[in-house]
Amino acid sequence: MSPTRRDFIRTTAATAASIAAGGLHVAEAAQTITAPSADSAVLELANEALNAARGAGASYADVRIGRYRRQAIATRERQITGVTDTESYGLGVRTLVNGSWGFAATSAMTRAGAQNAALEAIVMSRAARAVQGRRVELAPVKPVTGTWITPVKRDPLEVPIEDKIALLLAANEAALKVSNVRFVNSGLALLREVKTLVTSEGTNVTQTMIRVGPSFSATAIGTGDFQTYDEELAPRGSGWEYVESLDMRGNAERWASLAAEKLTAKSVQAGQYDLILHPTNLWLTIHESIGHPTELDRAIGEEANYAGTSFVAPPEKVIGQLRYGPAIMNVQADRTQEGSLSRVGWDDEGVPADRWLVIEKGLFKDYQTTREQVARIQKLTGVTRSHGCSFAESWNAVQFQRMPNISLLPGTENIGLDEIVAATERGIVIRNRGSWSIDHQRYNFQFSGQAFHEVRNGKIVGMLRDVAYQSNTPVFWNSMDMIGGESSYWMGGSFTDGKGEPSQSSSVSHGCVPARFKNVTILNTSRNS
Amino acid sequence: MQQASTPARATGGPSQLLSREQAKALADRVLALSPADQTRVNIQSMWSGNTRFADASITTSGGVTDTTVTVTVTVGKRQASSSTNVLDEASLKRTVDLAARLARLSPEDPELMPELGPQTYSTVNAFAESTADLDPEARASGVRRAIAGATTAGKPAGQIFTAGFLEANARAIAVATSNGLFAYHRTTDADFSVTARTPDGTGSGWARGGARDWSAIDAGAVGRIAAQKAVASRNPQSIEPGMYTAVLEPQAVTDLVPLLGNALNARNADEGRSPFSKPGGGNRIGEKVADERVTLYSDPADRMLSGQPFDNQGLPIGRMMWIEKGILRNLAYTRFWAQKQGKQPTGVALAGGLALTGGTKSTEELIAGCSRGILVTHFFYIRALDPRTVLQTGLTRDGAFLIENGKITRALKNFRWNESPLLMLNRLEDIGRPELTEAGRLMPALRVRNFNFTSLSDAV
Repeated sequence: MSPTRRDFIRTTAATAASIAAGGLHVAEAAQTITAPSADSAVLELANEALNAARGAGASYADVRIGRYRRQAIATRERQITGVTDTESYGLGVRTLVNGSWGFAATSAMTRAGAQNAALEAIVMSRAARAVQGRRVELAPVKPVTGTWITPVKRDPLEVPIEDKIALLLAANEAALKVSNVRFVNSGLALLREVKTLVTSEGTNVTQTMIRVGPSFSATAIGTGDFQTYDEELAPRGSGWEYVESLDMRGNAERWASLAAEKLTAKSVQAGQYDLILHPTNLWLTIHESIGHPTELDRAIGEEANYAGTSFVAPPEKVIGQLRYGPAIMNVQADRTQEGSLSRVGWDDEGVPADRWLVIEKGLFKDYQTTREQVARIQKLTGVTRSHGCSFAESWNAVQFQRMPNISLLPGTENIGLDEIVAATERGIVIRNRGSWSIDHQRYNFQFSGQAFHEVRNGKIVGMLRDVAYQSNTPVFWNSMDMIGGESSYWMGGSFTDGKGEPSQSSSVSHGCVPARFKNVTILNTSRNS
Repeated sequence: MQQASTPARATGGPSQLLSREQAKALADRVLALSPADQTRVNIQSMWSGNTRFADASITTSGGVTDTTVTVTVTVGKRQASSSTNVLDEASLKRTVDLAARLARLSPEDPELMPELGPQTYSTVNAFAESTADLDPEARASGVRRAIAGATTAGKPAGQIFTAGFLEANARAIAVATSNGLFAYHRTTDADFSVTARTPDGTGSGWARGGARDWSAIDAGAVGRIAAQKAVASRNPQSIEPGMYTAVLEPQAVTDLVPLLGNALNARNADEGRSPFSKPGGGNRIGEKVADERVTLYSDPADRMLSGQPFDNQGLPIGRMMWIEKGILRNLAYTRFWAQKQGKQPTGVALAGGLALTGGTKSTEELIAGCSRGILVTHFFYIRALDPRTVLQTGLTRDGAFLIENGKITRALKNFRWNESPLLMLNRLEDIGRPELTEAGRLMPALRVRNFNFTSLSDAV
């Protein structure tokens, strides 16, 4: 029986409050950098575009001016294979005319450039009326003025390049000590994004987002064989202090030895096993099988031509009704989480960062939304605000619904991976992301990993290789029977998650605890299978 | 409300792109700012216009113009790059200085090759005015034609749902070096795809047109074919997963075969980490690696491919025969690896486009020649499983059909599959006539024995 709407709202509020008090956040980094505000030239251009849009008939317009600085360092063995530093600066205008969107962007940062972009967006809005079955209606948002910055101790782009190179080459050197390890790749992707949003409704916010993405991979060569091990170095919305905390120098030899060990690991016997997923693997399964299906644009068909639709649809048949998993399963969306990749002060429509439950006690509860999507489901959820999921990858791309951080909350029993292994008769532990693939409605998936260990009678008995697990999302989550407690919580994430046409990339984190899934199909992916 | 006058032409058009002379002037300005031993300038000037729709409404549309300058500075054996799209003198100077500073801080690269001097390139005409001129009204009109085509063809299923995306791109790229090289190339591409879904939620179809020239794409036909597929794919039935003969439509082949591009890297092969590595050392050039009817090549000057005639270092890209009648003829050599191995450098494997030839039949003829098999429209979410065999996993999408005695007999549920495009090219029953599936891709339908369908998917 489904709860009444009033019960529903009350439960939501109570659960959200208890989770908020749960202290899942990584220790707050002392912030030593203050958030810059927009300079007057930027605001002048934004207002120029806004005025042009309004003057040409826009009922609503927003202007984003972004300056993106990206640095990437790539190495192999004892060499640098690339050092690049990229700056991109420009302006994007979105207009609403008679309920149709238009968007235009330019790097011509002059008054004329801003005006032209606004007028081009208006032309698109008007052209779109030729194909209009539904008018866009925006949920209300209170205009806001402010600044925000990712809390960091040290801006990674200000760290001397030689320190970064030294760190990577030292890690490679340590890895090359391991017998049979012949190839090592390591790298850093660093981003600072300064973004000003000004809307015709009076919002004016400037945000600075800082993200770091380290990587490490070792390849061991055997006789007519090779095996690679990628360490799961989670990208984060953090400063250089996070990269240092990973101790790539100190850990590289241990990571590389796993590549060498895989050469002699036993090839898995395909069949049904209890699967124990370490958070370094489970985060991506959450991303693919919970994050994407609960995007409202997918559920209503707006992604049908690209990423696909969703089995979590139609909204009126699933909200409060779809049993996603067992009662121990609570999944939270959160754009406020410390260190996470999609953390912001406000989204790209000026909506304040939000936190809400997507799945509560195993039941599907609410989607991810932007302002124009709210009206589609507010009668079902009772939620009249946008959840603040609007995001554009750059000034040159239109904002649309993107995934917030989506995390599996810890269980009440304070256990970890060891306790789950000890309680398992025949299983496989999987760590780190390997290959991943899922269908366009998010039912059938097949994921792999980087390190696989066989469990017999409560003990790890050896390493396996050639392992992939294949399942169906609702079946899989309903087979989850054990989850770790708060102390086993870990946050992974993706620096580049693709969606939309033209495809845009976003960054998103997923926290989780280790979990066990009963009787999952394991495939052998070796050439002989 | 007062209405400002709108520009007669909203976005797009060749006028938005840097001409050869403008690109040369910009490159020369940047080169003059660099005091380094060697400098390379890469310029990309682009315009892009797109229109996206779902459920009978245009949901978003956009237009972007941008020009990016990337500066690569070499100091001794050290090299680094920096790029910007802010093109005033001060920003360009900052970008050059940053690249020089990063280069000086970088360790020496023993594999660094000197910048190239003047080169000769093949003549490639890859620019179509019809694509560069595709303004928002013309795009909306294309969308309307597709929806109309889909609505008519979808009638047997009721009110068909359509979603799709139309994109037109125009780019000018240029490379210049302090050793006197200058290369310039203009290109366009247009792509239009439509997904149609039946109102009962049991049928989904898809079609796509892609070309350098928008006028080569029939928007109405894209909508019509998507809807026909949707109607035909209703009420799909399960059959046991396993090894089946598969007829892969050209779009499905386009999803799979270009994945061989990464495996064509010569260095990986020579280093023992590629399917083209020879056990005991070296690579498999000269060995049979595919069915003897298979020929796979890249050629920017081929009028059907119209690829890029140079890479980002300005190295000419010519015709590359990768596999000829089943024999591996070439691998892709970087300049460093070519020098080390005494070979000619080739540049990036697939920059010159990719064509798979060897057959003349239509897709219908391949179906007619199949006693029992599965027809695949296209694939989705393909990911690598094992680089040793180029083994991939993925799913069928928007129409999988059972073929019995040369005829399509019923719609099937989608499958997950685990298969290698390389091993698959050794299990061919027949090869179709290559057709342009997207800009730079000339691919046929294939009929493949024992395609490994591993599990069923409930996705429609």
